[in-house]
Order: sequence, then C-alpha cells, then structure tokens
Amino acid sequence: MEIIVCIKQVPDTTEVRIDPQTNTLQREGVASIINPFDMYALEEGIRLKEKYGGKVTVITMGPPQAEEALREAISLGSDEAILITDRALAGSDTWATSLTLAKAIEKIGRFDLIICGKQAIDGDTAQVGPGISAHLNIPQVTYVKKIEEIRILEHQSTGAPEHRAPSTHSAIVRVQRMMEEGYVVMEVPLPCLITVVKEINEPRLPSLKGKLRARNALITKWGIQDLGIDKQDVGLEGSPTRVVRVFSPPPRKGGQILQGNVQEMVEKLVELLKSEIL
Amino acid sequence: MRDYLLTEEQRMIQDLARKIAQEKIRPVAAKYDETEEFPWEIMRILAQSDLFGVFIPQEYGGLGGGVLELAIVTEELSRACGGIAVCYAATGLGTYPIILFGNEEQKKKYLPLIASGKKLAAFALTEAGAGSDASAIQTTAEKKGDYYLLNGTKQWITNGGEAEVYTVIALTDRTKGARGATAFILEKGMEGFSFGKKEKKMGIRASATRELIFNNCKVPKENVLGKEGMGFIVAMKTFDVSRPGVAAQAVGIAQGALDLAIEYAKERKQFGQSISSFQGIQFMLADMATSIAAARALIYTVCRAVDRGEKDIAKESAMAKLFASDVCMKVTTDAVQIFGGYGYMRDYPIEKFMRDAKITQIYEGTNQIMRNIIALNLIKETLR
Ligand SMILES: Cc1cc2nc3c(=O)[nH]c(=O)nc-3n(C[C@H](O)[C@H](O)[C@H](O)COP(=O)(O)OP(=O)(O)OC[C@H]3O[C@@H](n4cnc5c(N)ncnc54)[C@H](O)[C@@H]3O)c2cc1C
Ligand SMILES: Cc1cc2nc3c(=O)[nH]c(=O)nc-3n(C[C@H](O)[C@H](O)[C@H](O)COP(=O)(O)OP(=O)(O)OC[C@H]3O[C@@H](n4cnc5c(N)ncnc54)[C@H](O)[C@@H]3O)c2cc1C
Repeated sequence: MEIIVCIKQVPDTTEVRIDPQTNTLQREGVASIINPFDMYALEEGIRLKEKYGGKVTVITMGPPQAEEALREAISLGSDEAILITDRALAGSDTWATSLTLAKAIEKIGRFDLIICGKQAIDGDTAQVGPGISAHLNIPQVTYVKKIEEIRILEHQSTGAPEHRAPSTHSAIVRVQRMMEEGYVVMEVPLPCLITVVKEINEPRLPSLKGKLRARNALITKWGIQDLGIDKQDVGLEGSPTRVVRVFSPPPRKGGQILQGNVQEMVEKLVELLKSEIL
Repeated sequence: MRDYLLTEEQRMIQDLARKIAQEKIRPVAAKYDETEEFPWEIMRILAQSDLFGVFIPQEYGGLGGGVLELAIVTEELSRACGGIAVCYAATGLGTYPIILFGNEEQKKKYLPLIASGKKLAAFALTEAGAGSDASAIQTTAEKKGDYYLLNGTKQWITNGGEAEVYTVIALTDRTKGARGATAFILEKGMEGFSFGKKEKKMGIRASATRELIFNNCKVPKENVLGKEGMGFIVAMKTFDVSRPGVAAQAVGIAQGALDLAIEYAKERKQFGQSISSFQGIQFMLADMATSIAAARALIYTVCRAVDRGEKDIAKESAMAKLFASDVCMKVTTDAVQIFGGYGYMRDYPIEKFMRDAKITQIYEGTNQIMRNIIALNLIKETLR
C-alpha cells in the first residue's frame, strides 16, 4: 500500500481572526498544530500501513514553518514527508490548493490511497480533498468513518485511469460513509481519495523513538517549478474565489413556547403563523 | 527556570510524558482510584510511547538514559496520578537490579522485554516480619543442584500479580546473617510461585499491592543476580538509585496538587473576592512552590550524580527521598486546606493527592530510616 496523507497546519484555535481589510485569515502570533481532522487521516494511514505493509507519505502545502507539522507526522509513524512551499502559492484558494496538491501527488507517482481530513478547522470549506480527486480524476468518498477492508480482486479491471501509476492494480476499498442518520457502505476501486471524520479512530501519541527519528528526518521541499505549475494558476491570481465579505452569522433567536391546553395552543399557533410567517 | 538544565532529549521525554499525563491519565485517575483496577490501558500507552525504555541502555532496546530520565517521567505521570505513576516507577525498581548486577545473558533476556513495555517488573524484599529491618526476612532459597527451591511469603509487593519479572531477595544461608541473602530473577508462572490477596489501600489505589507466595518454587541457578550472598548489596544499591524515583513521584504529586490549588484559589470567591487575593492563601502558595522547586533541584542533582557513575550516593539519595516526600505531604495537606471543605469531599480531585502523598514517606525505606542512613553517613564521613 502506497498511502498519501494530506495535512494542513492550522492555528491552535478555532477562533481565527479575519483581516477586515483583505478578508484573509490572520495567522500571526497563534501557535500552530496539525489540523485535528488530519490527525485522524494520519492515524488511519499508519494503521493501514501496519496492517497491509507499504509506506505513508505526508504532504502539506504551506509556509516554511509547516515543516514542524511534517516532523510531527513522522514522529507518529509516517515514512516520508514533502513540503510544498513557494511565495507564489500565497493566497491560494481551495481550487489552487487542490491543484497544487494534485500536481505534487502526480510527481510522487505511485499511490493507492489518498487520505484527507474532513475539513480544516480554519478554512472549513471541506473542498480540498474532493478538489484533489477531481484534478487527479480518481474516485472519492468523503466523511469516511470506517475502512472495513481493502480487497485485491483477481483478473478484473477496476477501471482505474490508465495514465496513473497505482502500485496495486485491481483492488477495492470498502468503507462506511457517515450520513446524518447512520452510514452507507461503499466499495471504491483503488486508487482513490477519502476524507475522514473523527469517528474513524483514536489517534496515537508519538513515541520517543519516532520523535528522535523525526528530529533528523529529511524533508523534501518542492516549489511550483518542481511541480511544473504556472505562476498564474495558483496564488491570489490563480484563485477564482473572490471573497466578498466574511462574517459570523447572527446567533439564532430563542423560539417561543406556547402555553395552555392543546386547543388553545393550536389556535395561537395558527394565528401566529398567519400574522408573522405567512 | 522551566527546564532545570535539561537536555533537548530530556525535554522531549518530559513533554511526551506530560502530554500522556494530561490527555490520557488525568481523565481516568478518579476512575482507577475508585475501582482499584490495574491501569493496563495506560501501561500500553506508556509502552507504545517508548517510555519504559528511557532508563534502559540502548544495547538492550532502551533509549540509553538513566535515573534522571526515569525521574522525569515518574514526576510528570505523578502530576496526574500518583498511583498510575508507581506502576511505572516500580517497574524501574524491579529492573535496576538487572541493570546493575545482571550478567550479559540476563540483560539480553529481560531488558528488551521491559524496555518495550511488553513486561512489567517488580521488586520483592519486604515480609510480614521484615520491613525496616530487612535482615529479618524468612524466605529461604535452598540450593538443589542446578536450581534453587524458594519458600516463604513476600508482602506488599507493588505490581505483584501484574508484573512478569520479579527481583526477589531470599536467604540462601541462614547462618551468615546479612551475607546469607541472595537476589533472584523470578518469572510469573514459575512452578510454585503464586500470589496472595490484593491489598486495599489509602492511596495510590490504581497500583496493585500483593503478596508473593513461594511454595517449593523452582528457580534455575542461572537466575541468581550477582553472586550468592550478595542479596542485601543488590537491594541496597538498587535503593540508592531508585529512591530519587520515589522522590520524583513525591514532587510530581506535590506539583499536581499545587496546580489544582492555584486554579481553585483563583476561582473561589469569599467575602466578595477571589480567595487568591488573601495574603494567607498567597503565602501558602508561595511556600508550596518554593519547597517543590527546592525538592526538584535536589532530586535532579542526585540523579545526575548517579548517572555520572558516582558510587557513594546512599546519603544524597536518602536526602532526596526524605525531603521530597516530606514536601509532598505538607504541600498536599495545604492544597486541601486551600480547597476548604470542598477539598475534603471525594467529588473534588484534591483529597486524592493527600492520600497518595502519604506512601512516599513510607516505602523504599521510611523517612525515619532515611534519617538513619543520612546520619550514619555523616558520622562515617568524619571518621575517614
Ligand atoms: C471564506 C474564505 C476565504 C479565504 N480567503 C483566502 C485568501 O484570500 N487567501 C488565502 O491565502 N486563503 C484564503 N482562504 C483559505 C484557503 O482557501 C484555504 O485555507 C485552503 O484552500 C484550504 O481550504 P480549507 O482550509 O477550507 O481546507 P479543507 O478543504 O476544509 O481541508 C480538507 C482537507 O484537505 C487537506 N488540506 C487542506 N489544505 C491543505 C494544505 N494546504 N496542504 C495539505 N493538505 C491540505 C487536509 O487533509 C484537510 O483536512 C480562505 C478561506 C475561506 C473559507
Ligand atoms: C503500598 C506499599 C507498597 C510497597 N511496595 C513494596 C515493594 O514493591 N517491595 C517491597 O519490598 N516492599 C514494599 N513495601 C514495603 C515497604 O517498603 C515497607 O512498608 C517499609 O519499608 C516499612 O516497613 P514496615 O511497614 O514493616 O514498617 P516498620 O518497619 O514496622 O516501621 C514502623 C514504624 O517504626 C519506625 N522505625 C522502624 N525502625 C526504626 C528505627 N530503627 N528507628 C526509628 N524508627 C524506626 C518506622 O519508620 C515506622 O514509622 C510497600 C509498602 C506499601 C505500604
């Protein structure tokens, strides 16, 4: 199994301030952590490696200090780490971010499964995972709460895109996708991308040996030139999203509780509906 | 002054132990105190994080640290739960005889299993009639060709029944007094080796304290630690390096209590203001913090001396244990005082710290015995 886990370094708080002038997130002066949902993605990747063998590669796109997040991922059991960092990437929206990550994954070449978090706690769009799968033209399942199994199929084409180079041909992954009430079981051919929810596992803590390894591990660094990306396709320029305004929705006002017997309450309700809503 | 001159690696160990203590131990401390179950789920986490290996040499699968690393971990775990911490620390106590006196085969056989956390260890000296006076032990080991037959009962053995590897002190020659004892490595499951009832305790209730019962227990002669007749030397040298560990447990418990006391003092309001605004409370907090800092500095200094290979450390090691455990008792008592009546209630976490504190003045030699050791060494030194 060649597993790629996409992680994002985020501020250690869900209350990120937004610059009212530029409408971008203000990241200065806030401690950074690995996006909590990505810890579940990482844990799942490491567990799959432990079960099926293979390798876990973590990638992140971010500023140079995102290297810390990659080292933490290594201390938890990832084998390789790639940092995509370039001034030209600043201001990328979800389209540009997922394009860049997809290009990096293409450059890695061999992969069976890409795992992302459900969403990042700062950007919160939940678009990057699906975006990567679209750019790579591979199937995706979002909100995965359990990987039931990975099965190798004999003598059968899975319909994996020919131009990709998956390391395992003809395999499927069977997952449980979380729904509002319950879950659906889905089978998807590899290579594919999944995004995971926190119900999927309980992330481990790092080991000391892992931390020592992480301290000296080599981190691969790629810029947009290494990925063959044009400057105008990423960054602010390459981002089709235009943020008009960012605001917190007003808190919902409390409802009204009607008193009295059923007859009275029904009458009052009808009256209210007529006068205020209809 | 956060780091007390710790190296980068020691800080890494401290950070990880602290994270485990806060995220994994703190939420379950009250549960284990209540149920007195053995905290295997936590032992597994400590094993996966390599924390059992910090004091074991690298050639035997450890990380190559020493008693300072063991103390750092014990302290951090104790901040969350003194009982769970002692399950870890007692493994150190049971392992040091092998590190100090084991031969190559014994080290190769046992240390990697302990370093990886696959097996816990324990140390067994105390008996019903032999506490402070260890020379009064009655357990015998009779040599029969290439094995020994052990008979007798050890009492109050921490990790008893849960550990797989035991260092046991038994008499091989009753006529020779203190020179007639020998240390053995025993394994759970050996023929004739069983366990007595689990004790119900005032504090450190997550830890298991049991009798070890030897009924014609057959122990191969390869399992003798050091030489026949060296039993008490093995025990005393082990205590010299393990007592700073008890001291670290004490400082951890004290620190945990202080942390809670500060938090509570800021929140609790009386006479229309936070009780932390009263000088009477502030002075208590200041004294608590100062004595903890002094104890910690003494412990780390003694640990560094041990890890540098200094031999004559019985006195300093006893001082660390004596001072830190007395600090612990005082600090936890004051912490309950700061909580007032709420502190006396089991619904609040602080009374547990006071119950857990008491044992640190008793085991691995009572504080009276520590003073004996210190005084004897003081007098001996002037005779040189
Ligand atoms: C309203 C709004 C306005 C924004 N405006 C700007 C702007 O003007 N300038 C600007 O710089 N940013 C801006 N951003 C942030 C930027 O669009 C996103 O942070 C970024 O594209 C990732 O999207 P996300 O944080 O929503 O991640 P999600 O799509 O929620 O993340 C899902 C998963 O994708 C993966 N992933 C996400 N990002 C990365 C990454 N960088 N590296 C590796 N894996 C990753 C992770 O596995 C993650 O769990 C804005 C965001 C929002 C919501
Ligand atoms: C929870 C717990 C866990 C333990 N774990 C272990 C373990 O893992 N392995 C192990 O071998 N043992 C263990 N012990 C035993 C422990 O080390 C002994 O309890 C301790 O050494 C004291 O012995 P004692 O209880 O028999 O007290 P005693 O020796 O009977 O002492 C009673 C009192 O007399 C005082 N006293 C005794 N002699 C003198 C003296 N010469 N001068 C002044 N005062 C004196 C003592 O200080 C004490 O106050 C454990 C005990 C407990 C309670």
